[in-house]
Amino acid sequence: MENIRYDLITAVPEMIVLGMAMLVLLVDLFLKQSNRIAIYVLAQVTLLVAAYVTFSTHTPGVGYAFTGAFVDDTLSDVLKLMIYLGTSLIFVYTRQYIQVRNMFCGEFYALVLFSVAGMMIMVSGQSMLTLYMGLELLSLSLYTLVALDRDNPRATEAAMKYFVLGALASGMLLYGMSMVYGMTGSLNIADINNALMGGAKIHSVMILGLVFIVAGLAFKLGAVPFQMWVPDVYEGSPTAITVLISSVPKLAAFAFIIRLLVQGLQTLAVDWQQMLMIMAVLSIILGNITAIAQTNLKRMLAYSTISHVGFVLFGLMSASINGFASALFYIASYVIMTLAGFGIILLLSRKGFEAEHLDDLKGLNQRSPWYAFLMLIVMFSMAGVPPTLGFYAKFTVLQAALQAGFLWLVVFAVLMAVIGAFYYLRVIKLMYFDEPLDHHPIQAPLDMRAVLSVNAGALLVIGLMPQGLMSLCVYAVLGSLS
Amino acid sequence: MVEYFTQHILSFSIWLPVLAGIVVLLTANDSKPNATRWLALAGSIVSFAVTIPLYTHFNFAEGGFQFQEGFRWILSFNINYHLGVDGIAVPLILLTSFTTVIVVISAWEVIEKRVAQYMASFLIMSGLMIGVFSALDAILYYVFWEAMLIPLFLVIGIWGGQNRVYATIKFFLYTLLGSLLMLVAFIYLYHQTGSFEIVDYYKFPMSLNVQILIFLAFFAAFAVKIPMWPVHTWLPDAHVEAPTGGSVVLAAIALKLGGYSFLRFAMPIAPDAAHYLSGFMITLSLIAIVYIALVALVQKDMKKLIAYSSISHMGFVTLGFFIFNHLGLEGAMVQMVSHGFISAAMFLCVGVLYDRVHSRQIEAYGGVANTMPVFAAFAVLFAMANSGLPGTSGFVGEFMVILGAIQVNFWYAFLASFTLIFGAAYTLWMVKRVFYGEIANQHVAALKDINKREFFILAILALLVLALGVYPQPLTDMTNATVTQLLSHLAQSKLGVVAPVDMGL
Repeated sequence: MENIRYDLITAVPEMIVLGMAMLVLLVDLFLKQSNRIAIYVLAQVTLLVAAYVTFSTHTPGVGYAFTGAFVDDTLSDVLKLMIYLGTSLIFVYTRQYIQVRNMFCGEFYALVLFSVAGMMIMVSGQSMLTLYMGLELLSLSLYTLVALDRDNPRATEAAMKYFVLGALASGMLLYGMSMVYGMTGSLNIADINNALMGGAKIHSVMILGLVFIVAGLAFKLGAVPFQMWVPDVYEGSPTAITVLISSVPKLAAFAFIIRLLVQGLQTLAVDWQQMLMIMAVLSIILGNITAIAQTNLKRMLAYSTISHVGFVLFGLMSASINGFASALFYIASYVIMTLAGFGIILLLSRKGFEAEHLDDLKGLNQRSPWYAFLMLIVMFSMAGVPPTLGFYAKFTVLQAALQAGFLWLVVFAVLMAVIGAFYYLRVIKLMYFDEPLDHHPIQAPLDMRAVLSVNAGALLVIGLMPQGLMSLCVYAVLGSLS
Repeated sequence: MVEYFTQHILSFSIWLPVLAGIVVLLTANDSKPNATRWLALAGSIVSFAVTIPLYTHFNFAEGGFQFQEGFRWILSFNINYHLGVDGIAVPLILLTSFTTVIVVISAWEVIEKRVAQYMASFLIMSGLMIGVFSALDAILYYVFWEAMLIPLFLVIGIWGGQNRVYATIKFFLYTLLGSLLMLVAFIYLYHQTGSFEIVDYYKFPMSLNVQILIFLAFFAAFAVKIPMWPVHTWLPDAHVEAPTGGSVVLAAIALKLGGYSFLRFAMPIAPDAAHYLSGFMITLSLIAIVYIALVALVQKDMKKLIAYSSISHMGFVTLGFFIFNHLGLEGAMVQMVSHGFISAAMFLCVGVLYDRVHSRQIEAYGGVANTMPVFAAFAVLFAMANSGLPGTSGFVGEFMVILGAIQVNFWYAFLASFTLIFGAAYTLWMVKRVFYGEIANQHVAALKDINKREFFILAILALLVLALGVYPQPLTDMTNATVTQLLSHLAQSKLGVVAPVDMGL
């Protein structure tokens, strides 16, 4: 009895989010169109309450629940708080966008909350089954969200593509997990680790299983050579959904990798290190070079994401606490940058007009110097130019990789970063050096303007004082890995 | 209050112009550009005034770092906000803050489009460049070094000429490439020493192979910035397209960042590699001095000609560095400061003509001296200084470097002294074609002589060029102790102090 109570208490935030998602669906039925704003408030309150519970029950220790299938440690708490914050920003940025496109409905908020619950379960999963369940909850919600604008053929196509490839990836992941289960006799991460630590010879089926697991994870992360879906889905989805797909789920994917590869399969580190290394190098090459050829802003950011994923893998492949903390720092920085970047795109879109071509940014400095400046920070941050946050992100992963002895790979990554800088500079060129094509005044609600300013400004402020975020990442990783 | 100021002069020097820039941006009002101009001028003058105590309170006998201040900044990586200056940094800091005042005045009526952003860019850039000259922590230095690219990138791109986008992106990517390799070197040194303090790197022994790689990584960053042949190609493009202020800052200060950094990083951190590669460096310098001077001779565009002349003059600086004697190093320092004044003045002169005729081509002019006699007098003076006429500052630096070089190898000095011929040839030939002869066309005939504002800035620069040419003592006094200390450090080998640890090399 005591156990059940402890189990339930540990998973209170997840239950809140799931329960509220259903409540949002129900309440939505009884609301008139003019009162719909209530579900927005409800969704924000959900995140706030969940954040409060997660924060107030936080301890530096590790607690297991549901017979070890669910864990509450520093990593899970820190990541959950980041996910709440990110999602809350997404709600602010997308409200006007979905309102003018008739997508402002209970389903949107319920599905986003379901995906948040999925991410939370991924973050806390300590058994392959829990992890997989969380992943599927997230993925299925995202597939549906992409197709939410059901009369839009581009979005439907993107949803189809996302679903088919995503299902394939899930299949591979599950197949790999089944092999690991077959060889170790357990689904539980800790038991898998113990079974492998025994010193018995590693059977080649384990390696095969590992290959499938890494391939599945790479699909979800969007690392080369499993990146095909990324540009199409980014471009095809309504921007309000793209901002979700491209940002917070990466935090959950990071936790997934830490749980499965680091906590579960650390004995095979030498093997997955090599796989991550190949994917990191390919992602950085393909992401940076292909992005140059794009004219669609969302597609360009998709390739930019691929190259950022490559840098994250650089941190992970270092296979040290330093490396994992750096990778987490990189992902957190990436999420802040991406949210701000898509926030600007959402800001420039209006009824009947999607700001998604690079040319839509032309002359932004003359239309609005402030937002041009914010986008400038975002772009320099993505390019890794100090004093923005993006510089410290690149700095931390590169120093981790260098510490692990990958000197020449680091030099290579740095050369690729210069190529990458080109297309970020092109965006700045359009905003600052060209004349505007579009003279519509920028309309956005006050809360969105304020939050967006804080979000993009944070890139500069954290860039000047990065210690806090760095300590947080080290704290999160140390607490659950040592 | 006064005590607080004297303890944080460097922080004030860095952040005051940055703050002024932000204030200018925030209070900008497009309908009242004059208010913005006066505010920017006030900001730049105060920022300049703040740096003057660096000279008056300087301890000339001390070769090490002075005015040190700092706090722990990023604990995770042991990165400190650590500032300090020595005899080679202070002259360049003063040059920076002074040039900013000149740039603000020179842009007065010339810049009509987005005045606040223009002025703010230069003020912020000034602070960041002073940061580069005073940072004693590698990452802090790197942050300033890269951050100053952002305003310069915007200045060239927004207010530049026809082909500005190509020029500014080329400039940015070239510089970024070199800088990132330097960052890798810093991270490597950090993992070896556990610190980002530059002074710790000075003491850290390394094998020759490691030193050479470190030196080459620094070389990639600094050679691009100075720039040395053959990685100089971004400079003529950037200079030609940049607005006058951008050209002035590029030539007068940005190039010095590279020269300064050789003295601060590449040479003392890897002294054995510096000796080992000195032949290579001297060869590149001599190619720059002779070959680039010949290239300058055939230029049709005035700005391009001055840009090539800058590269050629900076060849003297690197030559002075890598002959490893007192005269050479001190001469290189004088040359850097002197080139700051002369190239700034030359670009301002081109700016004066460009504002009136809107052409930089030499053939668009002729007989300007007839319509602009006062201006022509200034231009001829600066041209003489640029070609190294005794009595001007251009002579002192070049002469010291040649004297230094002759102690090492006669042929170095022989080749280097060609510059006195070529420099005179390309500069004076340009002056002849632009200023003398018959009045070439109605544009020239309609020219009005310089106004008070232009007279003022050119006169100040002319005084400085002459003063430094006749009496360079204050400058050499300042650099003397530091140069002595640097040379004694460079003379000590880092090899064989302890068994060097190689990591992945």
